[in-house]
Amino acid sequence: MAAQTKKAGQSLAGERRNKNILTVIFGVIAVIYVLPILLVLMNSFKANTFVKTNTFDWPNADTFVGWANYIKGMTFGNYPFIKSVTYSLIITLVSSALILLCTSMAAWYIARVDSFICRVCYYLFVFSMIVPFQMVMFTLSKTADTLKLNTPVTIPIVYLGFGAGLAVFMFTGFVKSLPLEIEEAAAIDGCNPVQTYFLVIFPMLRPTMISVGILEIMWIWNDYLLPYLVLDRTKYMTIPIHIQYLQGSYGAVDLGAIMALITISIIPIIVFYLTCQKYIIKGVAAGAVKG
Amino acid sequence: MKKLKNDGTAVNSALLRRPIQRWFPLFLLPTVVAFIIGFVYPFFQGIYLSFCKFTTTSDAAFNGISNYLNALKDATFVHAFWYTALYAVVSLLIINILAFLIAYVLTQGIKGSNLFRTVFFMPNLIGGIVLGYIWSMIFDGILSRYGTSILLETKYGFWGLIILMCWQQIGYMMIIYIAGLQAVPEDLIEAAKIDGATKWQTLIHVTIPNVMPSITICTFLTLTNGFKLFDQNLALTGGQPFSFMADGTIVKTTEMLALNIYNTFYGQSASARGVAQAKAVLFFILVAVISLIQLKTTKEKEVQQ
Repeated sequence: MAAQTKKAGQSLAGERRNKNILTVIFGVIAVIYVLPILLVLMNSFKANTFVKTNTFDWPNADTFVGWANYIKGMTFGNYPFIKSVTYSLIITLVSSALILLCTSMAAWYIARVDSFICRVCYYLFVFSMIVPFQMVMFTLSKTADTLKLNTPVTIPIVYLGFGAGLAVFMFTGFVKSLPLEIEEAAAIDGCNPVQTYFLVIFPMLRPTMISVGILEIMWIWNDYLLPYLVLDRTKYMTIPIHIQYLQGSYGAVDLGAIMALITISIIPIIVFYLTCQKYIIKGVAAGAVKG
Repeated sequence: MKKLKNDGTAVNSALLRRPIQRWFPLFLLPTVVAFIIGFVYPFFQGIYLSFCKFTTTSDAAFNGISNYLNALKDATFVHAFWYTALYAVVSLLIINILAFLIAYVLTQGIKGSNLFRTVFFMPNLIGGIVLGYIWSMIFDGILSRYGTSILLETKYGFWGLIILMCWQQIGYMMIIYIAGLQAVPEDLIEAAKIDGATKWQTLIHVTIPNVMPSITICTFLTLTNGFKLFDQNLALTGGQPFSFMADGTIVKTTEMLALNIYNTFYGQSASARGVAQAKAVLFFILVAVISLIQLKTTKEKEVQQ
């Protein structure tokens, strides 16, 4: 009996030791994991020629240039970076808001009316989720061009169209799980459908709104090809387009300035992530059904 | 049970259905119009154009299936297909094994699990173009010491992309695996322990069969992500290095399917656009088939449970 307890105690201590070892190992892996971001930050303070040769060295007297890369990056490539940031912000926020509002209304209509047309629409929306962008990119950019949807203010319509599938799918699934009695009570109390939707349904959709909103924000903020093909590139750029433009087609590549711009574009993402981490992880896991 | 609920819905919602239906222009119409502009019309026009010779959408002339034949004869497309398939399979294995291992350890109650979860997931939020340039800086920083570059050898480009995608996707898959692992009933593990199963036996015979749904989801996610990869491929190598074939065609050795389609559309010769659209249709069919297989597998799993 005593021997058994002792043995159990030993194995418990052993397990605790193993767990501590694992914590240490994972700590090291976690440091390696954030290293790429630290490297970007470090290199954004080095002169261009040293980014390639001294990538892994701490900035020193020879290589350190202070904020010069950031100042240069702001106007690098004859296009002010602040304009790209502004357009990225406008496009992301307006498109996400439009998608959330329109698709949740459409999903409620589809789930409640449930007519033949609704079902056709629903299956088309679901179908659109598996179609890769390359399939429609040429025709979509031509259509958007013809309809003058090529500005930051009108491109949200294109995003609503191409991104509707996943949002409608997620909202419809959620609406179907809501009890009908609440809406019937609202109808009996004299709400018309618009009031029912905005006063009763909309507040209940909150959890799905957050999940869908996060998925859409992440998609649109990072999207490169759709805005690149749809927007009038001589006037409008977003952050990914701007960075690709500097690296790709602009004559003399200045790696230091590019690292400075990458740092600026990553900071809002990290802040956004650390503040709504819980929702982001939940939202992303919910979107995994997309496949 | 399900049948009963449906009947109930049909009776009750008569009160709701009619009034809602009258508001069709407000509720459904905006999304449907945008959907037609942004998806339905371009999709069907794309299928039509794949059977045409065209440089822009207005000068299309029907020419049967010759675009498809040219696409399948195109050495760069065939190369891109095999390169992409190889990449997709290798990344699928590495990402899923590592993500599962990490998720398994993080659900064993080690200290700092939440912090590690936060760190591992973070790269997922960074966009493909930015990721590509971050890693091209790192790889070139290493390779330049040996007098070479990621743009000079196909194998560097391939493994570079694998490392990049691991960094981005392991965190995402880890989240799905953690959710799956936490849903495994505690008493099953307890019972296995009482029956004298070792940790390893418990993992193989109890835990893994119970997280099969998560494994299916993650497998197909990494597979479709692999096939659809574009931004990272463009930013990291852009298809370099090039190899010159005997007949004069230039094969971009690290070019994947999506990038190949893009380059055919917007490359030097606008006359190849019909072929590019045919490639895009073939690409769509490939991705759709993978998705359908996934749907079928998931359904079968549900039946078994």
